[in-house]
Amino acid sequence: MSLRRLECGFIPLIDSAPLVIARELGFAREEGLDLQLQAQPSWSAVRDKLALGRLDAAHLLAPVPIAMSMGLGGMALALDALSVLSMNGNVVGVSSRLARRMADAGAPGDFRSAAEIGRALIRVCDKPLTVGVPFPFSMHAELLYYWLGALGLKAPQDLIVRTVPPPQMAEAIEAGTIEAFCVGEPWGSVAVARGCAELILPGAAIWNFAPEKVLAVRKGWAEREIEATSGLMRAVWRAARWLGDSANVMTAAEIMSGADYLNLSSEMVERTLQGRLLVNASGEERVTPRFIEFFDGAATFPWRSQAVWIATRLARRNGLDLEEAAAVARGCFRPDLYRTCLDSAGADMPGASEKLEGALDMRSPVASSTGEMYLGPDLFFDGRVFDPIVISV
Amino acid sequence: MTNAETSRLRIAVIEKDRDRAMMIVDGLREAGEYEVSVIGEESGFARRIEDLKPDVVLIDLENPSRDVLEGLALASTPLDRPVAIFVDRSDTQLTRAAIEAGVSAYIVDGLRKERIKPVLDAAIARFGMISRMRKELDATKAALAERKTIDRAKGILMRARGLSEEEAYTLLRRTAMDQGRKIGDVASAIVTAAELLR
Repeated sequence: MSLRRLECGFIPLIDSAPLVIARELGFAREEGLDLQLQAQPSWSAVRDKLALGRLDAAHLLAPVPIAMSMGLGGMALALDALSVLSMNGNVVGVSSRLARRMADAGAPGDFRSAAEIGRALIRVCDKPLTVGVPFPFSMHAELLYYWLGALGLKAPQDLIVRTVPPPQMAEAIEAGTIEAFCVGEPWGSVAVARGCAELILPGAAIWNFAPEKVLAVRKGWAEREIEATSGLMRAVWRAARWLGDSANVMTAAEIMSGADYLNLSSEMVERTLQGRLLVNASGEERVTPRFIEFFDGAATFPWRSQAVWIATRLARRNGLDLEEAAAVARGCFRPDLYRTCLDSAGADMPGASEKLEGALDMRSPVASSTGEMYLGPDLFFDGRVFDPIVISV
Repeated sequence: MTNAETSRLRIAVIEKDRDRAMMIVDGLREAGEYEVSVIGEESGFARRIEDLKPDVVLIDLENPSRDVLEGLALASTPLDRPVAIFVDRSDTQLTRAAIEAGVSAYIVDGLRKERIKPVLDAAIARFGMISRMRKELDATKAALAERKTIDRAKGILMRARGLSEEEAYTLLRRTAMDQGRKIGDVASAIVTAAELLR
């Protein structure tokens, strides 16, 4: 049987694991797919090549398809998010200088208390605070704006969020062009290993369960190529299920750390997958439950409520209509395709495609096709609950 | 109106390879009267862009610093706008040609189409030429590397089986034909195996 070749773009990050595993462990081949993974130099390159058909599918920051479909940045073409590739996985770090000042001001070093740590940061930093993120449309930027905004730091007068390619993050901290960053692993740990930064918070402490990367395609592609789409979705879903089994962490770290992917020590990858990060140069370790999650808690399901959360945050900052943005976002995340394509794989389906975000303070059972689905915790650090139906507030 | 409407267009080319940068600049000079600046440094070029306030920024599609421009384009307000959008949002044809050639262009919003077109045509032609040359160079390098592997495999066969150089090559070629593989692949298998057995 000849395999259907699929060109899939990705950025070499730990959260590209579902695509790498889908290829390396043969989940894609079982679906008749020759999944070609092409490492890309930038998120703009991924987005443009996807939009113009040089790539069939891609590992993409969750806000990018939404922003693009809203007409923000890049070409005016729409993308679909078929499933979520990973939840959480980001870290916030500050320069060693700022870390010392924060410690002197009594900031907790628990890598967890988002409110106290954020207040200490705001108290001691020079204003405006310049923070590096990988891309303007990213959960890194959204989490920062949400976290520091809720604590009273106003953008853009007191907070400047600047785009810095992750491999240059440590250098930018050393050069003093940024004082802090929010970035995906391994780049936070790389900055710590270089001795110029300390990690102060995991993204999960700002929002317990935030969609990070999605599997994206051009709008209309999935419907035209429904067979390849369902094969790809099943392969990636099985890879996520495999990654969700803690017994596989060591193997996953070995595969991901290879020269074709991260080209990094497997120990660093393993630490990230287990949420055991070294937060400073003296090697202090902090353990974060669900630091990065590929499968548990319906991680792969593209909840429309998550898309609406992202869209309304983007719309507010860019002066766009909230209702319109929400409508675009609902069309961009595709739980309908997820249900059609993954039913045969045995994926458990939630009863609804939207939910309250930030309402669960513990793992809780919810209605689903097999009755075995648990969601949560998914709290925001400030305890606010987001209702996708009531967005004008 | 602004500089973009009245005077010579200001174009910034982000390219650290000097020869390549010069080729692009020459191409642009042939196309019209432009004020062209080259930005060579990879990191910290944001400040240069802010100082230059170009109407058009040209950068290799594969340049890892492209996301920085993306951020600058969004941060700019009508008053201090260095770069605004990726090519022309309405012209997918032109965008496609640009991407095929490997160039991305950032253009100040509101710049008239007839002023941009010659710049982009020249950029597409030059970037296309550069990426073809790069591909040819890669192909030459690959061919050289294969040549070396074949020579090493021939040497191994000559020593192990007491063959002449020509006999060793014939054996390699016949094996490749019999197995339906490329001669370079067979050679590299022999080299690998010899290293393992050493």
